[in-house]
Amino acid sequence: MKMNDNIAISQSGYVFNPQTGESFSLNPTAIEVIKLLQEGKSRDEIAVEMTSRYDISISSFLCDLDDFLHLLQQYDMMANE
Amino acid sequence: MLPGKVGTDAYLSPVLDIDGVSVDRLMRDFGSPLFVFSEQKIHSNIQSAKRAFSTRYPKVQFAWSYKTNYLDGVCKIFHEEGSWAEVVSGFELEKALQNGVDGSHILFNGPSKTKEDLQKAVRLGVYIHIDNLDELYLLSEVADEESERPKVAVRVNLDAGLSQQWDRFGFNYENGQAWDTLSKIVEMGKLDLKGIHCHIGTFILSTKAYAVAAEKMARLALEVFQKLRVRLEYIDLGGGFASHNTLKASYLGGPDVAPSFDDYAEAVASAIYKVPFKTSELPMLILETGRALIDDAGYLLSTVLSNKRSATGRRYTVIDAGVNLLFTSFWYDHKISPAQPYSKYFEDVTLFGPLCMNIDMIREFVCLPLLNRGDHLVIHNVGAYNVTQWMQFITLRPNVIMVKRDGDCSILHEAETLSDIKRKECL
Ligand SMILES: Cc1ncc(COP(=O)(O)O)c(C=O)c1O
Repeated sequence: MKMNDNIAISQSGYVFNPQTGESFSLNPTAIEVIKLLQEGKSRDEIAVEMTSRYDISISSFLCDLDDFLHLLQQYDMMANE
Repeated sequence: MLPGKVGTDAYLSPVLDIDGVSVDRLMRDFGSPLFVFSEQKIHSNIQSAKRAFSTRYPKVQFAWSYKTNYLDGVCKIFHEEGSWAEVVSGFELEKALQNGVDGSHILFNGPSKTKEDLQKAVRLGVYIHIDNLDELYLLSEVADEESERPKVAVRVNLDAGLSQQWDRFGFNYENGQAWDTLSKIVEMGKLDLKGIHCHIGTFILSTKAYAVAAEKMARLALEVFQKLRVRLEYIDLGGGFASHNTLKASYLGGPDVAPSFDDYAEAVASAIYKVPFKTSELPMLILETGRALIDDAGYLLSTVLSNKRSATGRRYTVIDAGVNLLFTSFWYDHKISPAQPYSKYFEDVTLFGPLCMNIDMIREFVCLPLLNRGDHLVIHNVGAYNVTQWMQFITLRPNVIMVKRDGDCSILHEAETLSDIKRKECL
């Protein structure tokens, strides 16, 4: 699971996809998830990490994480593996 | 400044209570979904409407439009505030009578009165608003049989300058049909001609249209006096004032565009004063205002069932209240508020109801904070036409409650049960 290398992400969570010209803004938790993704972490590793940082159950977090990962895929931001 | 930038920002504040009673408590006690009416709001709406008209015109009478919301608990508040009843079927007539309204305070409109309806109305001294000639002749038959002189008004349709003219009810003003009918009634001598009635449409945002209608009706009333020697008791301008809802495809939100009761009253009263009646002979002005008096007194509370993504990545949120309960979502973009504090992150969502039917969409585009399963929403301005036009379809209809002025809550209409439905099945 890897993001496209050419995706630009600013400190404040502004995301630009040069391939499609689309831009998005991320909320703070999404920024943390993206950073973990860029570090090469897997879905499960991200879930373990984030649930240790925040008071949320694994199942609730996975529900949101999967939604987010699908969106990244939908917007062509994930690398084909 | 762009209008979009000054639009109402109420979308942004969570609604935690209704008249001081917490939404969570209401849903815990009475279930979800749940219709909630504010007694306080109903009183204040009718009081401000009455004030707007009666400070400008000497004789004003409101008549509660039963079809807008005929829950007894709601009707009784209007009657308590002095409103008569405006009914459009034998069923509504009976409901008004059972609510204790005297026949002489009931206006009977509509195109579908049966002979039995007319007999009953005649015996009780109800004002019968004649819609068509077949009805006129039937009523004259009933008058003979009952040896009574029924009190009648003629329903008139007219060109008030609106793009859509409602000409399917009553007799046309401009082409002379209305005049012919009035003359015929006077000539027949069997019916007691008391008034003229019109209803130019619904959700009319133009006060000018009311001015045009009021002036035409007043001129007609004066002509009836001058040429037919009958002094009409009243001019009834029907309903149609806009509520604070937002019509679909309207750029500005409802509260920004709907005229106030004062605006409508000013237009109507000044138009009638253009017609040279002697002050002592001014006809009574009847108003059958429906939605503008009740829409914002009604809320629909609902619970989020699930979230998902569309084929194109759009967020879909499914809630437990659908078009089966919210008929008006077909023509309004109802205002939706979250009922709990939320994070500052919003996303455009499409809001669906719970029915397994593609048409069951409450809002196609609405920007909401990210809601989770179990979160609550408040849907605003649902007081008119929903608890009369709701359907028993796929699921059961929920409780309808009233938050009273003293903070107590009482059930106006109990949630349906399976046995309510099965009781009517015979095989
Ligand atoms: C004859 C008549 N009077 C009053 C009303 C109430 O109208 P509104 O809810 O638009 O005020 C209606 C509704 O269609 C009507 O047909």
